Formats: sequence, structure tokens, C-alpha cells
Amino acid sequence: MTREATQATILSLIEPFNKKGIAVSDASTFAGDLEFDSLTVMDFVAAIEDEFDIIISMNQQAEIENFGQLVDAVVKLRD
Amino acid sequence: MSDLFSKFDPIIAQREGLLATGVTDPFSLVMEKVISPTVAVCNGRETILLGTYNYMGMTFDPDVIAAGKKALDEFGSGTTGSRVLNGTYSPHRDVEEALKEFYAMDHAMVFSTGYQANLGIISTIAGKGDYIILDIDSHASIWDGCKMGDAEVVPFKHNDLEAMEKRLRRIPEGAGKLVILEGVYSMLGDIAPLKEMIAVAKKYGAMVLVDEAHSMGFIGPNGRGVAEEQGCLDDVDFVIGTFSKSVGTVGGFCVSNHPKFEIMRLVCRPYVFTASLPPSVVATAATSVRKLMHAADKRAHLWENSRTLHKGLRDKGFQLGTQEPQSAIISVIMPDLERGAGMWEALLHEGLYVNLARPPATPAGMTLLRCSLCALHSAEQVQTIIGMFERAGVKAGII
Repeated sequence: MTREATQATILSLIEPFNKKGIAVSDASTFAGDLEFDSLTVMDFVAAIEDEFDIIISMNQQAEIENFGQLVDAVVKLRD
Repeated sequence: MSDLFSKFDPIIAQREGLLATGVTDPFSLVMEKVISPTVAVCNGRETILLGTYNYMGMTFDPDVIAAGKKALDEFGSGTTGSRVLNGTYSPHRDVEEALKEFYAMDHAMVFSTGYQANLGIISTIAGKGDYIILDIDSHASIWDGCKMGDAEVVPFKHNDLEAMEKRLRRIPEGAGKLVILEGVYSMLGDIAPLKEMIAVAKKYGAMVLVDEAHSMGFIGPNGRGVAEEQGCLDDVDFVIGTFSKSVGTVGGFCVSNHPKFEIMRLVCRPYVFTASLPPSVVATAATSVRKLMHAADKRAHLWENSRTLHKGLRDKGFQLGTQEPQSAIISVIMPDLERGAGMWEALLHEGLYVNLARPPATPAGMTLLRCSLCALHSAEQVQTIIGMFERAGVKAGII
């Protein structure tokens, strides 16, 4: 799966959590721009994990602040 | 100079906002006199205690108190030392023997608090490259134990067997795995389907730690907890418990059948680098633990209290944390913090103390009035409590 395809899939997974319909770019932050609280983060991470059959541990989540970093992390975890 | 306290501004503002409404501060109550495990004097008023975790009412047990006084006389007020240096007296060994008898297990290790038991065991046994799979609603001491260690931390949705299995399945081959569950989750008072969850954990070769802080002494035929009740205690590798609830004093412990368990005493930092419990505390704990082995009648009465209060509050129109009573905790869900604090204060004016619980301690941002029953609450007291809830609920606009 290419980075572009991964990005498109994650973008579609964000939609139900993107309550305000913010335009998402690589620089969009989850806590700031998308206003994800801890419960949203848990559900969103679970959706990504299930889609890609991966684990994103809390330790890894702590390093991910924006959309671009998440795409990169998923690409790396899928390698 | 940037003020390091600026990060607390939001909670300072929330607290000031709440107190500005004129409500009594729910987090600074003082008990001036404690009359019994179920009654104290607060603000000069006799108050029924319904938020103490004193499930088995052991705090005023005459045998327990006598054991503490004797140890105080014979061993002094404190040990001034670590368990591994000068802080192990014969009462420390004795309470560990009492725990081994209580659980019928090979090893028991006592910590200075329950918090430290989780902190110590979890951070020590799950190291770099290992995986911890835990329920998202786990107690703060479990989360802090995870944070203190170097393992990869993977939470799953509360009590969700399928979510837990998916995560276990994805863990790399050969990695060490620790599944952490609780018997009773203290915020809503719900129990875990331990039998099913532990079977799945074992299928994936994980070790299992169960925190039975809120079930010890009460749940299970011998009061060993939810795992005993569900017939899966033999598959639990580590049971964590506390002396500060049913046992009625303070301290924490881990019991285990792991053949190498004793090495924990040398490698577990929250055990080594702190002073041991005062001898009077461990003497009271040992006496209480042994008495709890033969407390079937009290357990039956506590179940009766739990069922009566649950039904009584539900019939009055309160929204509760569980459909059926599952433990000695009955949680009443409040619409928001402000009205929860109002209800809490109205109950205090009625002469009833419960815990006001709010985020981040609570799941899903809920405000709760958490009631914990005691085996020594009389049937009459429980009826009085239901009446107090009804009057306070009407006054505070909750029902």
C-alpha cells in the first residue's frame, strides 16, 4: 500500500470523528485542530488499528501529534 | 520566569467557578469524630457514611484494634526502614502468612499502599520490548505503573473481550505479554467477565494480573474476589489487593504462585526504596485478613444491602451505573458536575456522606455520586439512606 493510499484510507476513517468538518492536511493536529479528546482518540486509534491490522501503542501515540505523522507511523508499522 | 503552575489554571478556574455557586467544597470534608464504620460527625452533624470502601466494617473490630495496640506496645510506632533492610518485623512476615492462607497461594508481598503495589509490580515485571494490554478504565495506579515501566502499553475498550483479543493477536511473536484487568471497576461498580477474558489471555500466552481491590473480603465464596467467584483464580498469575478497603487499614499486596516471585523483593523499586508499614498497621491487617476468611454471614448481609439500595434508588428514579447490583458500589449518575455537587451537598445536609467523583477519575466524562456499602450498615440504615436520596434528589432537581 502506497503512502497516498494509506493517507486516503486514514482520511476516510477520520471523517466520522471530524465533527466540525475541518479540512485535514499533514500539519493538522489531533488535539488542537481536530479537538480530539481522550475518548475520541481511543475510538479513532481502534478504527485505524482494525483497518490496518496493527497496534499503535500509547508509547507510539505520544509521538504522533498531527495527521502527517500518523500516516508515516502507519506506513512504517505496515512494512 | 514562566510559572510552572500555569498548567493548572483550567482546574483552578473550574474549582473557583464551582465554589462561587456557594456549594460546600466536596473535596475538603473533615470528619471530626468517627463513631463506627458507618457513622461519623461532620460539621457537627451525625452523618451516615456511604462512601468509605469500608466494605466489611473491620475498622472498629475489637480483635483488630487489640492486635494493633499490642503491636504498638511491643514493636513501637514505626520501623524507620525499608523492608529489605531494617523494616521487616515479625508482624510483617505474619501478615504475609495471613495473605497466603487467605488466598491459598505460595507467595505474598506487602507494600506500603495499594497504589505502590500496582506501581511496583507492573513497572517491574513488564519491561522494554514487553507488551501490557489493559482495560481503558483501569485505576490510576495501574496507568502510573505502566508509565513508570518501559513496556509498550496497549489499552482496549472497557470490558470488551473482542477488542482485547484483537490486540493480543497483533502483538509480535515471542514478545512478553501482561494482561491487566480489575475484578470490580470502582467508578461504576461493574465487574469484569474475567473467566472469558483470562481464557483469551492464556490462549495468546499472556500472563495475567488482576486488581481485586474492591472485591477482596466480599466477592467469592471465600472473599478472594471476582476471579474466585467466576472460578478462574487458578489462571491469575498475580492478584493485587489492598488493606485500605475491606481489611480496614492501609497497605497493598501482591499474591502469586509464580515460582520465582520472591525475587521481586530485591528488584521492585517501590518495595525497596520506601519505609515499611508500621507494625501496628500490619498487625491489624493480619488479624482482619484472618477474620475475613470466616465472614460468610457478613458477606451475605452486604449483598443484601447492595441489592436493597440498588433497587430502592432505581425505583425512586435515579440513573445508576449498572442495571443490576454487581458489587458493594452503587454509582448514581449525575447530569453534570454542578448539579452533582448540588446533590452531594443536599445529601450532606440530610446527614449522608457519599463520594463525588468526576473526570478524569470517571469514564466518559461522567459525574457520579458513588456509594459504597458496608456489611455493618443495618437494614434500617439502608432504608434511611434511600429516603435521604429521595428528599435530596427532589431538592437538587435530579429526580
